[in-house]
Amino acid sequence: MTESAPQTLQRRAIALVSGGLDSMLAVKVMQEQGIHVEGVNFFTGFCVEGHTHAIRKKDQDKNKRNNALWVAEQLGIKLHIVDISEEYKDVVLNPKHGYGANLNPCLDCKIFMVNKATLMLNKARELAGEKGFDFIITGEVVGQRPKSQRKETMPIISRESGADDRLLRPLSAKNLPETLPEREGWVDRSRLHDFSGRNRKPQMALAKRFGLDDFAQPAGGCCFLTDESYSRKLADLWQARNERRYELDDIMLLKVGRHIRPAPHYKLIISREEGENRFLEGYRYQFTSITTSSCPGPLALIDGTLASDDELRQAAAIVARYSKGRTDDEVVVEVRDPSGVARQLPVRPATPDQVAPEWMV
Amino acid sequence: MSHHELDARRLLCPMPVIKTQNQVNTLRQGDTLTVICTDPGALNDIPAWCRINGHAVLETREEGHEVRVTLEVGEPSIAL
Repeated sequence: MTESAPQTLQRRAIALVSGGLDSMLAVKVMQEQGIHVEGVNFFTGFCVEGHTHAIRKKDQDKNKRNNALWVAEQLGIKLHIVDISEEYKDVVLNPKHGYGANLNPCLDCKIFMVNKATLMLNKARELAGEKGFDFIITGEVVGQRPKSQRKETMPIISRESGADDRLLRPLSAKNLPETLPEREGWVDRSRLHDFSGRNRKPQMALAKRFGLDDFAQPAGGCCFLTDESYSRKLADLWQARNERRYELDDIMLLKVGRHIRPAPHYKLIISREEGENRFLEGYRYQFTSITTSSCPGPLALIDGTLASDDELRQAAAIVARYSKGRTDDEVVVEVRDPSGVARQLPVRPATPDQVAPEWMV
Repeated sequence: MSHHELDARRLLCPMPVIKTQNQVNTLRQGDTLTVICTDPGALNDIPAWCRINGHAVLETREEGHEVRVTLEVGEPSIAL
């Protein structure tokens, strides 16, 4: 009879899972080496997720799946989704390392997320000892993103997050110094990768090898802050308020409707279709709203305060311009305040030249 | 074993999933929870979250603009 081999401890990793291909591959590479992986996904409020599709009726045939959940299911791993939207404000408002091309604080964001994962790892080790976690993995690739994924920024993320050498990037590990899991022999460095740069071919080849053919590859990553038009709307919000701050509702509303600012002290958020209508409906108890009552038309919220009745008529005329009665001589609108008190107001719809292009946020 | 209800109306995904997760973490194995949402994405996301994390979906139902998902809490895992 042979003696059974001593049982080796299965090492455990926390993976940052965005829902994109790279983090998915990083997890696969670890699973291939026998590592137990669980995922964590952070909700910042700026995530480009299924909810814009959920709002817009025309997008409703599109896949409404949450990509992080879908990826976790494909990988057979648990996924913990964490709402960091409140703490995340400080990252957006005061990024120590500055912004990228738009209002995207990518480097500070990555440091923040790896730090959160490190705190989770420490807490789990405290609670569960060896059943806790040993290290953290991400899908980062050296040279892939101009702001955060550069050779110089990789050690900054490890150091400033507090993860230090417990942070492993399986897709780029061979381009980086050895980490704890490699040194300890928990993972075999020779079976890790040396991807670098913006070329996606190595990822595609690896995906193919793993038999993965359905994955999300959003162009600007999975964050609205990398989007130019979204960043412009956020900057406009700060300028109009004379201070850099936001609430979750503000940044949700920036994802919806047409934003028109006829004067510095107010803007209109006008729905573009039925789904957005229904979404904005939920905000009528917080904002004064305008709808058209003599013909079908959009729902508009007034963000700010109108200074006079003339301004109210101007706002109403702009809303009427986006209704079915845009070519009529007169459209009747209903103006409702947040407490539900409503009044009817007949207006002549604005003509295209009465809505200045610079008002479009 | 007890039954609970969670109002996640007007929240957009992934908030209904996060609220579900946070409430499930306070419940015991065998407890049931009905989550009421208005984001139709919840109809996919909450069952997916349940499958991943070992909870059973007992029923999903659409009523007008509302979605109701009822689940039974499975084995607890390390709450990260």
